[in-house]
Amino acid sequence: MAGNNPNAKLMNLTLKVWRQKNMNTPGQLVTYPVKNISPDMSFLEMLDVVNEELLVKNEDPIAFDHDCREGICGMCSLFINGRAHGPERGTTTCQLHMRSFRDGDTITIEPWRAAAFPVYKDLIVDRAAFDRIQQAGGYVSVNTGGVPDANEIPIPKTIADKAFDAATCIGCGACVAACKNASAMLFVSAKVSQLAMLPQGKVERKTRVENMVAQMDIEGFGACSNTGACAAECPVGISLENIAFMNREYLTAKATSENVA
Amino acid sequence: MILDSKIPEGPLAEKWEKHKFNVKLVNPANKRKYDIIVVGTGLAGASAAATFGELGYNVKAFCYQDSPRRAHSIAAQGGINAAKNYQNDGDSVFRLFYDTIKGGDYRAREANVYRLAQVSVNIIDQCVAQGVPFAREYGGLLANRSFGGAQVSRTFYARGQTGQQLLLGAYSALNRQIAYGKVKMYPRTEMLDLVMVDGKARGIVTRNLITGKVESHSAHAVVLATGGYGNVFFLSTNAMGSNTTAAWRAHRRGALFANPCYTQIHPTCIPVSGSHQSKLTLMSESLRNDGRVWVPKTIELAKKLQTGELRASDIAEADRDYYLERKYPAFGNLVPRDVASRNAKLVCDEGRGVGASGLAVYLDFADAIKREGLNAISAKYGNLFDMYAKITDENPYESPMRIYPAVHYTMGGLWVDYNLMTNLPGLYATGECNFSDHGANRLGASALMQGLADGYFVIPYTIGDYLAQMPSDKVSTDHPAFKEAEQNVQAITNKLLSINGTRTVDDFHKALGQIMWDYCGMARNAEGLKFAKQEIRKLRAEFWRDVKVIGVNEELNMTLEKAHRVADFLELGELMVDDALNRNESCGGHFREESQTPENEALRDDENYAYVAAWEYAGEGNEPILHKEELKFENVKLTQRSYK
Ligand SMILES: Cc1cc2nc3c(=O)[nH]c(=O)nc-3n(C[C@H](O)[C@H](O)[C@H](O)COP(=O)(O)OP(=O)(O)OC[C@H]3O[C@@H](n4cnc5c(N)ncnc54)[C@H](O)[C@@H]3O)c2cc1C
Ligand code: SF4
Ligand code: FES
Repeated sequence: MAGNNPNAKLMNLTLKVWRQKNMNTPGQLVTYPVKNISPDMSFLEMLDVVNEELLVKNEDPIAFDHDCREGICGMCSLFINGRAHGPERGTTTCQLHMRSFRDGDTITIEPWRAAAFPVYKDLIVDRAAFDRIQQAGGYVSVNTGGVPDANEIPIPKTIADKAFDAATCIGCGACVAACKNASAMLFVSAKVSQLAMLPQGKVERKTRVENMVAQMDIEGFGACSNTGACAAECPVGISLENIAFMNREYLTAKATSENVA
Repeated sequence: MILDSKIPEGPLAEKWEKHKFNVKLVNPANKRKYDIIVVGTGLAGASAAATFGELGYNVKAFCYQDSPRRAHSIAAQGGINAAKNYQNDGDSVFRLFYDTIKGGDYRAREANVYRLAQVSVNIIDQCVAQGVPFAREYGGLLANRSFGGAQVSRTFYARGQTGQQLLLGAYSALNRQIAYGKVKMYPRTEMLDLVMVDGKARGIVTRNLITGKVESHSAHAVVLATGGYGNVFFLSTNAMGSNTTAAWRAHRRGALFANPCYTQIHPTCIPVSGSHQSKLTLMSESLRNDGRVWVPKTIELAKKLQTGELRASDIAEADRDYYLERKYPAFGNLVPRDVASRNAKLVCDEGRGVGASGLAVYLDFADAIKREGLNAISAKYGNLFDMYAKITDENPYESPMRIYPAVHYTMGGLWVDYNLMTNLPGLYATGECNFSDHGANRLGASALMQGLADGYFVIPYTIGDYLAQMPSDKVSTDHPAFKEAEQNVQAITNKLLSINGTRTVDDFHKALGQIMWDYCGMARNAEGLKFAKQEIRKLRAEFWRDVKVIGVNEELNMTLEKAHRVADFLELGELMVDDALNRNESCGGHFREESQTPENEALRDDENYAYVAAWEYAGEGNEPILHKEELKFENVKLTQRSYK
């Protein structure tokens, strides 16, 4: 079947891919020449092609995380040529297309690097720390049923829109991978801001920020030194304002802590 | 076997209230003595698991991704329906019920659909209380839009990311219960078998996707919320990992599979761009509110568009065929999905398709941009336009989008009664995994509604009725039934690893997908279906002879994971074909060429086919056994759907 662009030229590339058998074995970059890559392929489809070739040669395919391939589930997580999710701004790895590369390019592919994200295999890391931070307070404590009618909680559109912007974080971890300190501030602040801005989340805002930040520290993420690399690499454009907002939340919460423990 | 749908007596509008009163309750102090397994933590599973935890049950929840937040519910764009009538435009529970029954082409149960419409209003309240940031008007109240051809504005949305926001809401409720210790979460864990003890579902066998460890989990009830099986076609809008394995293995243990041939092919997806294609991307249906669908009037012009000699803008207004507006003046571009998809196929089959492959039609926003301005259109669809541009390298503000139908949703699934229990006691199915509420065709924005209705507001009541009637004694995972299931899983794995053939799993999956798409896709006929059945059987035999799966079980082995899933798709595919062959009528997403009106519209046969086809597994190599649940319509009149 012909592609979008019938005249598109196929590319030959050199891949340098991080291969690591499991958590306990050291890894290394391995070089793979790849041929006849269409610019219309997505980056992951290019890796699919490489993997099919490896399989046929009885070689272990390159393990990488992915699922929706639509830029929304946050599962894909490749560090491409030194950048989280590769060279295009506002784009997840799965939405990156080969037309962003040139014939003859060498492409280095590594996993997210962070102490809190240990490598399981090849390009797959363990991001459970993110879930544990959410479990520490990323919710409004309401049970199913017995809640007021939805329109009894009017929310100014400007606030609702801002909360929505923060809520679009896909939990990919690119912010951590991009940060030289492996800080998770952008990820944590996105949830803290979303809920603190909304009336529903205000009741628990102090304990929430304290508990989520405490969990973030326990997980071993680094401190924030305001370089902004996280927001620059965030595929959905989570704003640095959220970090500033969370810092204020945190200071207020600490000053008048409601944590009894 | 007699299929008892357990629909409560009484008038339609009172059934659910009465039933809730009649169900047995588990004493609050006793709830902690019962364990519930929930497989799948998308909207249907996460909402159920969280609610069970709140009620006091002990829950074990499973998903194959690294986090529950990544279930494919996250990808839903357009919105969620609810009969709130906030817009005062004449919506009501009955109207939502009626639209859903009619949209499903009269192949769903009235009582289930009515209940769905009833609880739809509670879902919105619940989500807002959780902090889900739905779209709002300047006055601060919730905004709605009309979606998928509905004549009222009842769809709630969060820009083009409604599924994401709803799932993150359910995920937050789940996280709260995980933190309390009421839910134990097992991510990167795949269910590979169901365990039946004394005729009751009492547990599952799983494989840890990191270590390969095969493990048993025991409980008093098992809920499957594992999503749809659209990936049987290889190419679909589902996630790469979406599968039928949990449902299929339960089917092999005796759970009936209902209406497997009902597949929804969504009209607005980005067309296939080459043989490397790994999945298809949906462009939300909401685009049809403003976009106009057209192809050129002649094959000659289409040819020139295909080769790139002409561009869309070169085609004069008089040479364009806005075929939906022409054929369906009342609904125009907003006809239901099945009608829009079939018509796209028709014009492409005539040779009037566009794009390099000729398998695409235009969705044009030029008039809408002229009418409302670029900014207004960008505010409504900006993220979708950006996604389109990223994938195709074309700018939809300047030239029309190219779209083509793609497999999107499966209405079929495990058969369940009114309580969402399968025919196996203690085994439940919720969300897209069951067959329940959408008949032969699902309306836009109704799957999110169903998943959350099942999980938050239906199963928490109905499961209590079952548990209240059973002792709280636990079954040990040393029980022979668990050992047998573990050995079964191990045996399949060993077999897959020992073949060491020449064809890859993806290769088989693509071949299966092609058969399904060609013969059991948008149009089906008896001859093609019979041929497909033979082809699938041959392919399956070849799979077990020649598939290449390397590595070992005791490691992260993505090829092995896929092989398990594709092995099940190869069986399900045949059942879909059997079901499509049996149903010698057209209804909703199932179009039999033998059964159409003179204008090529789907022609139902209510006299002979107003039933649910529930299939029983009869063992390897044997033909499945058909059980029929007659559908009774007491509150709506069956009419031929017409959108003229
Ligand atoms: C692109 C797209 C857009 C859509 N847009 C809309 C829309 O706008 N409105 C609407 O109403 N509907 C929409 N739908 C449909 C709707 O999103 C789905 O039907 C619905 O979200 C399914 O939810 P679920 O909870 O049943 O399954 P899913 O969300 O798919 O969750 C399945 C869960 O099961 C787990 N699982 C699967 N197999 C196994 C296994 N073997 N072992 C362990 N765990 C397993 C997965 O890990 C996951 O947690 C859309 C669908 C798609 C694909
Ligand atoms: S803040 Fe951005 S980069 Fe970080 S996890 Fe969220 S989406 Fe990913
Ligand atoms: S695979 Fe889901 S965001 Fe990339």
